[in-house]
Amino acid sequence: MIIQIIVSVGALLVLIGLWGLLTRRNLIKMIIGFSIMDTGTHLIIVGLGYREGATAPILDSSITPGTHFVDPIPSALVLTAIVIGLAVTALMLAYAVRLYSSRGSALIEDFKENAL
Amino acid sequence: MIKRFLAIIALLGAAAVLLPFVLNLPTEEALPELASKYIENAPGELGAANLVTSIIVTYRGLDTLGEVAVLFAATAAVGLLLKRTGNEVGVSHWKSSEILKSGGGFLFPLIILYGVYIFLHGHLTPGGGFQGGVVIATGFLLLLLSGSVDSFNHTVMSLVESLSGFAYVAVALAGLIWAAGFLDPRFLPQGDFGRLFSAGAIPVIYSLIGLKVGAELLGILDAMRCKVRREGVTA
Repeated sequence: MIIQIIVSVGALLVLIGLWGLLTRRNLIKMIIGFSIMDTGTHLIIVGLGYREGATAPILDSSITPGTHFVDPIPSALVLTAIVIGLAVTALMLAYAVRLYSSRGSALIEDFKENAL
Repeated sequence: MIKRFLAIIALLGAAAVLLPFVLNLPTEEALPELASKYIENAPGELGAANLVTSIIVTYRGLDTLGEVAVLFAATAAVGLLLKRTGNEVGVSHWKSSEILKSGGGFLFPLIILYGVYIFLHGHLTPGGGFQGGVVIATGFLLLLLSGSVDSFNHTVMSLVESLSGFAYVAVALAGLIWAAGFLDPRFLPQGDFGRLFSAGAIPVIYSLIGLKVGAELLGILDAMRCKVRREGVTA
């Protein structure tokens, strides 16, 4: 049941982020939409590794031989995805700053080809 | 109006793709074969208590090397886009209060210590190089925001960044020579399971990643700081 909730919330976040990406005109707001979408995909991936009644894949004294673990591979992939997402967001923000300083506007319609 | 309509259609399309996926989630209790192999073998093979770290640093270590390279490329691009043009000024626009300054100075060493703790214990507890590096960069961000530091030493920053990247590849090559393959951490002794000095070269690799990520994020912060300051003057 929990996995359904997590993945549904993740899918909802992806849709919200996509909506923001498509309808906002301010570059910063589009980047925020992208970040929301990014978070949604992370939730979906990490939710797929969840198992009912399982524990985190870290061995310590409380782990007995019969203990079940959640899938560690999606966790590792999401760790990678978060770092890449951070790098991409920083890059997009740098572009936004650069575009704003070149045109004095952060609205996407001011960057049409014929507006040059 | 037509744009909004198209956006709704695109959104419905995306929802149509996601909906069957959400409705037909896999429900089996057992882990996939690869995951159970990792869980079975990793503690004995590598001696790391944190299985996610075993996967990130060793089994999928090449991914992590590529990830660090992507982060480096993004940092370089941010630095290029926001490069200094020479007309920024050396003074802060905002005067921070004494409380913020003293508080930042007091918290800074503690945050650095916490970041170092996180990446040194990456093979034992949740955490690791990336998280520790981000925490370290946060400490420097606090110094920037409180205005107690005006600029960072770029020589030291790039030295830390390039040397840790170089050492990461060198450790990976050492695995190729003295152990089973590239990025194999078993050329160092495994030590006692669950202690700080265990799991071969995994803590070494994760510490190097932590230093590299910290220096790279600091580079991004520094590039944005310069840009913001210049914008503030011209606007």
